[in-house]
Amino acid sequence: MKSSKIFTKGVLDVLPLLIPVVPFGLIIGVIGIELGFSPLMVYATSLIVFSGSAQIVFFQLISGGASPIVTLTSVGVTNSRHLLYGAVLSEHLESLSTAWKIFLSYFLVDQSFALSNRFFKENRSLENKHYYLLGSGFTLWLTWQISSLVGIFLGAIVPEELGLAFAIPLTFLSLIIHEFRKPDHLLVIFVSGFLAILFYEIPFKAYIIAASVGALIVAFIITNIKLKKK
Amino acid sequence: MNWILVFISGLITYFLRYSMISLIKKDMLSERTKTLLGYVPSAVFPALIFPAVLLENSGLFVSYNDPKIIAILIAMFVGYFSKKIIATILSGLISYWIIIFLL
Repeated sequence: MKSSKIFTKGVLDVLPLLIPVVPFGLIIGVIGIELGFSPLMVYATSLIVFSGSAQIVFFQLISGGASPIVTLTSVGVTNSRHLLYGAVLSEHLESLSTAWKIFLSYFLVDQSFALSNRFFKENRSLENKHYYLLGSGFTLWLTWQISSLVGIFLGAIVPEELGLAFAIPLTFLSLIIHEFRKPDHLLVIFVSGFLAILFYEIPFKAYIIAASVGALIVAFIITNIKLKKK
Repeated sequence: MNWILVFISGLITYFLRYSMISLIKKDMLSERTKTLLGYVPSAVFPALIFPAVLLENSGLFVSYNDPKIIAILIAMFVGYFSKKIIATILSGLISYWIIIFLL
């Protein structure tokens, strides 16, 4: 398959996932300005950090007078799940040059990870499959840059009454919906969800990684039982 | 100072994305680890889904008949049978809009 074709497939597959990215990007722009940051700095977070949840944490903590250490720890803990994403995709990206790895890593976000993980598994032998991560990641990136810029200068032009924030959990649900047919995955899914609710109030937004690690421990036990049976 | 924090936050986020991709080599991963890593989406995404549906911004539970709960159950049902990303998202969003605007 031609690289451009794989890139385009990544672009097309990510389109439905953009529904909440646009209003979320707008909100980032609006919140940053409202909390007193300059337009240039608000946009710089979209370009340099490029991570919605971490950007919100960043604005809220700094404007609330948190210390640099607390702010940076929160950003790190909030985004620590990307370590797992990298570990999962490493197997498929290993043969790439260092330059490609440096470039592609910038585009590794939740949605591009989930889509690429599936595409890579189904197209293991495809030599240029990394163009899929580039296509989906670049589209998310471009949408994020434009929508946060629009939010900074025009405000939240999508009315809040539409409740598009609800599309965020919906897109994440859609990315794991094919796992609902597998009982072992279903167990891991509900353990993770339960732990996230349980740990919601712990500091640094650590509930995401705490619930993920807790659910992976259950997955580890399942893996051991499965391998023993073989 | 804030500018320095923007750049360090960017560096932290970037290295969380890059480090595992650059460090892990194929033969470092046992069959067991690979199987375990296959559970990563199922272990991470529910931590982003459940609180967003079940909790208010204040951290309190929404009521059992909240539009989001009904809509996500419909999305799960449609997604389970259609296995389509777009059908999952649209069915959830449209049923949410029907509940909050029409009912």
